[in-house]
Amino acid sequence: MKSHSYAEYRRSRRWLENSLASDDEDISGGFDWRLVGRFRSYLGRYPLVSLASVVLMVVYTGLNIATPLLIGVAFDDFIAHGDLRGLVFAIGGLIVLNVAMWQAQYWQVWSMSWVGEQVLYLLSCDMFEHLQRLSLSFYDRTQIGRVMSRLQSDVDVLESMLSSGLLSMLSSLLALGGIIVVMLVLNVRLALLAFLVLPLMVIIAAFWQKHAHYSFRVTRAAISLVNATLQENISGMRVIQSMVREDQNRADFDDLNAYNRDTNLVASRIAALILPLVEVVAALAIVATIFAGAVLISHRSLTVGVLVAFILYINRFFDPIRDLSQQYTQLQRSGVAAERIFNILDMPVEIQDRPDAKVLPPIRGEVEFRDVTFGYKADMPIFRGLSFVIPAGKTVALVGHTGAGKSTIAGLLTRFYDVQQGAVLVDGYDVREVTQASLRSQIGMVLQDPFLFTGTIRENICYGRLDASDEEVETAARVIGVHDLIMQLAKGYETTIRERGRNLSVGQRQLIAFARALLADPRILILDEATANIDTVTEVLVQQGLQRLLHGRTALVIAHRLSTIKNADQITVLQRGQIIEQGNHEELLAQNGTYAQLYAHGFGKAGGAEA
Amino acid sequence: MLADSQRISWPLARLRTLRDYARIYARILGFLRPHWKIAIGSVLCLILATTLSLVVPELIAEVVNIGISSGNAGQLVLISAAVLVASILRGLAAYGQGYLSQAVSVVVAYDLRNVMYAQLQRLSFSYHDENETGQLMSRMTVDIEAVRNAFPYGFLRVIIAVLTFGSIAVILAVLDLPLALIILLSVPVLMLLSVQVVRRLRPLWDSAQQETGSLSTILQESLSGRRVVLSFVREAYEIQKFQSKNAEVRNLKIATQRLAAWNQPLMVLALNLVTVLVLWVGGTAVVDHQLSLPTLVAVVQYALLLGTPVRTFGFMINWLMRARSSGERIFQVLDTAPAIQDAPDAIALPEIEGHVRFEDVGFSYGAGPQILEDINIDAQPGQVIALLGATGSGKSTILSLLPRFYDVTQGQITVDGHDIRQLKQASLRQHIGFVLQDVFLFNATIRENIAFGAPKATEEQIVAAAKIARLHDFILSLPDGYGTWVGERGVTLSGGQKQRVAIARTILMDPRILVLDDATSSVDMETEYLIQEALEAVMRGRTTFVVASRLRTIKRADQILILEHGRIIERGTHESLRAAGGTYAHLYDLQLREQEEYEAQSKQLQGKRPIPLLNETTSRWKESAR
Repeated sequence: MKSHSYAEYRRSRRWLENSLASDDEDISGGFDWRLVGRFRSYLGRYPLVSLASVVLMVVYTGLNIATPLLIGVAFDDFIAHGDLRGLVFAIGGLIVLNVAMWQAQYWQVWSMSWVGEQVLYLLSCDMFEHLQRLSLSFYDRTQIGRVMSRLQSDVDVLESMLSSGLLSMLSSLLALGGIIVVMLVLNVRLALLAFLVLPLMVIIAAFWQKHAHYSFRVTRAAISLVNATLQENISGMRVIQSMVREDQNRADFDDLNAYNRDTNLVASRIAALILPLVEVVAALAIVATIFAGAVLISHRSLTVGVLVAFILYINRFFDPIRDLSQQYTQLQRSGVAAERIFNILDMPVEIQDRPDAKVLPPIRGEVEFRDVTFGYKADMPIFRGLSFVIPAGKTVALVGHTGAGKSTIAGLLTRFYDVQQGAVLVDGYDVREVTQASLRSQIGMVLQDPFLFTGTIRENICYGRLDASDEEVETAARVIGVHDLIMQLAKGYETTIRERGRNLSVGQRQLIAFARALLADPRILILDEATANIDTVTEVLVQQGLQRLLHGRTALVIAHRLSTIKNADQITVLQRGQIIEQGNHEELLAQNGTYAQLYAHGFGKAGGAEA
Repeated sequence: MLADSQRISWPLARLRTLRDYARIYARILGFLRPHWKIAIGSVLCLILATTLSLVVPELIAEVVNIGISSGNAGQLVLISAAVLVASILRGLAAYGQGYLSQAVSVVVAYDLRNVMYAQLQRLSFSYHDENETGQLMSRMTVDIEAVRNAFPYGFLRVIIAVLTFGSIAVILAVLDLPLALIILLSVPVLMLLSVQVVRRLRPLWDSAQQETGSLSTILQESLSGRRVVLSFVREAYEIQKFQSKNAEVRNLKIATQRLAAWNQPLMVLALNLVTVLVLWVGGTAVVDHQLSLPTLVAVVQYALLLGTPVRTFGFMINWLMRARSSGERIFQVLDTAPAIQDAPDAIALPEIEGHVRFEDVGFSYGAGPQILEDINIDAQPGQVIALLGATGSGKSTILSLLPRFYDVTQGQITVDGHDIRQLKQASLRQHIGFVLQDVFLFNATIRENIAFGAPKATEEQIVAAAKIARLHDFILSLPDGYGTWVGERGVTLSGGQKQRVAIARTILMDPRILVLDDATSSVDMETEYLIQEALEAVMRGRTTFVVASRLRTIKRADQILILEHGRIIERGTHESLRAAGGTYAHLYDLQLREQEEYEAQSKQLQGKRPIPLLNETTSRWKESAR
């Protein structure tokens, strides 16, 4: 099947490897009917409005049937008899009926779409909340574009289903029930005969559903890939343009876009296929009725008139079935979208507060790693029994090769990841026994990539403490030494930062990130290559601010700047997840061990090459 | 006076709005041109299906009536065959309609996506500076979806509704002209109602689509800034931000739906009241023997049939308005002229020497403050130009002017004597290797990332580039070697490794001019050495512009430029600047001297015991791979 080929092509290129998990884009397996139950719990939050909507729909349907009946009465009883007075009454009745119908339909449609929008709102909020709970490890392996596709595109698919689909389905069912009754009244035997084709209809539907469901899943997965690729390309547009890659990327995108188009065409074809199937079944029902009717007529137990009327009813009987088949398609599409949405909601939260988690009281800032074993993959441990202590208020610099585990220590301390064995303690509290919020609010982190949010500079500095006053924001900026830089900008603190701070230099962003961390006033501070992007000239400015930022706090500094390392109270050298040396700059140089060699290697050898 | 001008402008404004609508819809429909066969097919199938759905049941009843009344049992088979054929015809038409109407929307969405994507690629850096990824994504998803849905749910329904309405109107006119005219009274009423609802729907959909874009930005930022959110414990804040924007979008959508829910039944009511009027007038006429009862019955029944197209009108107005708002947002992007375009007579330079000159260059973003002034640089082929200055002094801006990411506002930049505005952008950029500050890696294998700028590179070339970037040994130590996947934004690699991938991909492009923006700083000591080595190798023989913070690079530079507030305040070599005793000398004393001492110190230590750094990292990776 063509719709499958691209997924396989991609898989063959290991495209799905690190993304929202290959199992997540799984397109096999049957439809999970439990989804319906989960939906009910959302609809169930508005029982009165939902009920009112259903009642109004029944009322509306009733009024809708009453209109032609009343017109019939007007014809037969009044106009035919020249009864103008009666006609006035009938017309008055019709006006009342129509106004009532208008109101009933208005309130019904509105209440239903209101409930629909509420449910969608709740669903997307729940998804977002869940995404905020998910641990970092989920984000390590997930393409944001795909998550966004679920939160937006899949929720959109549900929209039409919820706002109108469910009710039209109900109304079709009602119409079907009504016609069934009329047919039974007209002629029980013929009616039962006509209904005989229904099981056939069900079998066809079941068979069709399997294909349709698969095909719809393929289309949802395809659009998710398209969106993720788009997202990545838009974020990386600068690289694409600067490396003159436009043509190649356009071709790649076109490839994927065409794949998405083709899967959708296949899905539309399958969706449309149900229509001729219904027609054929309807024709069979009519043919069967004709033959049976002919027999009955020959036995004089049926008149031609009744048979003809009956055949017209069979046609009307299939009208709601036609509608239902369309709505069933819609339901299937929505079911697939719902699957993908609940898939996110069911994503396990790896790191959770224990039920008995305490609130970490204000800490002094002592950090201890006790016999820690950890690896991002359990079978590839980075640390085996790592132990060290950072006394409160001290600055420790972590030094070591790329991949020695420096950043991992930071991630464990903030409990972005949980240790596999041993414990991480803050002031003697195991980080797993306190609430994440109380732990992290006392630990500040400044990363190499200073992520800023769209908004003003003030808002960004306030991010760590939302209730900070303007003076406090300014003071923080002054301490860091970024105040003058901010004031140079046209709008000062009210300057709008563009997405990811791209209208500022990396140095400016980094300084704002420092101010943000300072304002949050954490007891423990982690600087993960935080000074890396600051140029030589600015560094002169920053050093002072940095010292003030670190003053009195426990600090874990991952850096390669000599100045930062030299000023640390203690330097810890990591190798292969183990501490091999500890001490201050002079001591370690005197030891003439790995640190001294790293030190020598860093500039020394390079200096030699120059000579 | 005032009243007069208002009276004149009112219909004018109305006309302008109308033209505005016509323009957008015409443009949306213009996307059908390459697919006219599918479009016409879907319309034909739709008409056929609608006609058959009206005719076939009557036809079957008629055939059965005649056939069975004749009493000839042999005709049963014929009748059955006729029924089957009619039903199959109807089924085929329904299939064609169902499939083709969707197909139209699918192929248009495909075209729109491609056109939009190509346009986003054409748009310059300044556009991408201004527009958030979330907003652009929203236009590429939600808005394209809205436009595409307008085909099956909007335009096609308009056609069928108009056709149905028209044919019923003709039948009515034939049946009884005066009564038909009464029924057609409803048309202006319906139009008036439509105009009302359109006028109120338009701003609602405009804001709904706009806010959906903002929601998308919030979503995007809060997910990509996950680490910051986590470490500042701002989950609740982010959730609140999302919820309030989401609630805004919800309320807007509810408002549009409420309007549609109000309007559609109202239109049906208008029609039904007119029908009641016909019943009253016609009924009186029948009683007065001026009209036959069967005629009136037929007229009323046909009038009731008008309900279906009118109901569709109410439904599709919503879709069409939504498509209008979305179409406008899409066309906004498509109509934005790229700030930087190739001159019509732009030439391509297949080979360059690498002689770069900045001549009296000045620059400002739009009407903003002057960022650069009087910049003069003469970089001879192969020279290294080091830029120094405080953050915000304009170093990065100078670098981004050279590949023409932005155009100078004064003066000119020349490469080998050609003003870069007279060169084709692609040809210019091919000669410039740009290692950006934040390294953006794509979700692909390391091999693909290295070959990013040269997709046709052979395996040998890729490996050679990786070797120069001191990356090869590390890559081989990975479980899948060059086929190893680099995750979203390359998270599985450290900063230093990403940097080296960026260097490798620049090497593979083999540019004559190299632009390095703080490229060496975000790495640890060991990688720094590796990168220094890698850069040494790359810079050799290439004209290099580098924002430098390493003394080594600075000392090696042929020219050092000190920037302050967008001006070059000092220039010279390490020796001459130190001797001059200006800013550079001061800077040297504060910052760089320390590095030099450190260097001297380390020279003493060096050579005592060489440590096999590369092997060490390699073995560690091999170990973990096992």
